[in-house]
Amino acid sequence: MSSSVGSLTISQLKEAYLKGSLSPTDAVSELINEIEARDSDIRAYISIDKESALESAKNADISKPLGGIPIAIKDLINVEGQNCSCASQILKNSYTSTYDATAIYKLKSNGAIPLGRVNMDEFAMGSSTENSGFHITKNPWDLSRIPGGSSGGSAACVANDTAIASLGSDTGGSIRQPASFCGVVGLKPSYGTVSRYGLVAFASSLDQIGPITKSSKDAALLLSAISGKDSLDSTSIDNHDKDLLSKLDGNISGMKIGMPKEYFTDGIDSEVLKCVNNAIKNLQDLGAEIIEISLPHTEYAISTYYIIATAEASANLARFDAVRYGNRSPDPENIIDHYIKSRSEGFGPEVKRRIILGTYVLSSGYNDAYYVKAQKVRTLIRNDFKNAFDKVDAIISPTAPTPAFKIGQMSKDPLEMYLADIFTIAANLSGICGISTPCGFVDTSDGKSIPVGLQILGPPMKESSILRIADAYEQSTDWLSIKPYR
Amino acid sequence: MSDSSIDVKYVANLARLDLNEEEIQDFTKQLNDIISFVKQLERVNTTNIEPTSHANAVVDVIREDKLRNGMGSDAALKNAPDQNNQQFKVTRVVE
Repeated sequence: MSSSVGSLTISQLKEAYLKGSLSPTDAVSELINEIEARDSDIRAYISIDKESALESAKNADISKPLGGIPIAIKDLINVEGQNCSCASQILKNSYTSTYDATAIYKLKSNGAIPLGRVNMDEFAMGSSTENSGFHITKNPWDLSRIPGGSSGGSAACVANDTAIASLGSDTGGSIRQPASFCGVVGLKPSYGTVSRYGLVAFASSLDQIGPITKSSKDAALLLSAISGKDSLDSTSIDNHDKDLLSKLDGNISGMKIGMPKEYFTDGIDSEVLKCVNNAIKNLQDLGAEIIEISLPHTEYAISTYYIIATAEASANLARFDAVRYGNRSPDPENIIDHYIKSRSEGFGPEVKRRIILGTYVLSSGYNDAYYVKAQKVRTLIRNDFKNAFDKVDAIISPTAPTPAFKIGQMSKDPLEMYLADIFTIAANLSGICGISTPCGFVDTSDGKSIPVGLQILGPPMKESSILRIADAYEQSTDWLSIKPYR
Repeated sequence: MSDSSIDVKYVANLARLDLNEEEIQDFTKQLNDIISFVKQLERVNTTNIEPTSHANAVVDVIREDKLRNGMGSDAALKNAPDQNNQQFKVTRVVE
């Protein structure tokens, strides 16, 4: 199995192409075979557009930075000619993209091949991929557990070696948390770094596209390819480094890393804490200086997030009116009935819940009390990070307070699931960047070993710092070489 | 903040959603739990604090006033659930 195409990193596959030991056509067709043989238990994929991938492989230019490299795409990013369904029944087989998202356009310009659409929580709303309108994706390390979410498919396919790398999106931790639960690397860029054009919007002030990979080096390669200011997204920023990889020199001597005292409290699973504490020792051995810091408004982050994210979602999802695209309910009585029936039949429960909550917090009489109040607290949370980054280069924590939970364990209580996002959501509220990289394993009571993720947060536009720390850590451990299958 | 609980059926209708009895019951409990939780924000002093609507404040992003091609009506209509005469066809709006 170790020689399978799917087990390669981007760098290794590039090397194989340049040496001539593998051609893009052989690699892509072999990878498709591997997906067909090995995805049936995990179900990371929703669909694979074989013909177009093979066609692109035939014409691949391996001299380009990502020439001939297949990348799995989360089902809410538009790829021209493919069904973009956001894992929702409202778009199933009823919306074919007529254009490429900017991130896809850039991937293709750099030679990469979009290969397969991967599962997610419907419209990216969830932390487990259980909210997919199609099927549940399982965690490759333990099939009774969730892969995390909302980019659960993007993380599971990389962990299961049925993808070289993937794109996900992160609104409150949706790249970092599944990467943590699946034992792979997930990077959420600073807000605006990757254009949101062609990313189906969940919460526009929080959404970012980012890579899920088998190493921080691969994450650097992918981010260099997809980042940059875009006239089609007026919130995009000029944060493009075409050679991030060269910044990953393994040297973190003298870097200051903050440990927020509000994060290291009773809420963390003791085994997770052990892994993170070991990682901190490791970083000290590599020459980093660990400093205790304070993020005083941490306890308000979840409330702030779920008000702002649902408010934005309720506005964004108003566009699903079954007029221009999407599944229309047959024989409505009038136009209002047309909207109500099509939306009620098409959206799943979590999406409805969030639209209703968002509509409520924006409704007359409540707007100031909830939405505007949350925006003000957002300012305070952002200031916490600004102050912290005056003292440190990066901030470290567990990515999630626990390892992956059991399928069904939290599905009856949405609030409990929301509370588990505590360490990831503040980064989206503040617009800073963050990465999750594996830092150990926890033994479960039923004899499985499941991964734990270390989160490293950095100031806006300092992806090079957090990637350098994560890469230096990866070089000093071998977590990424451990595979979920034998 | 008000202490009234959420009228799920009423708010759902504002968002053009219709819920069955079971959904109304479940959502009422779940959303009231969430709303009681987020009311913790009342404790935060936000006097003189400006609201943040975006992580990066962008002002007046403009482009050159030059004609650009759109996607064209064929592409725009490609996913239409129903169409007629190069236009989207919808359920009768005016009685």
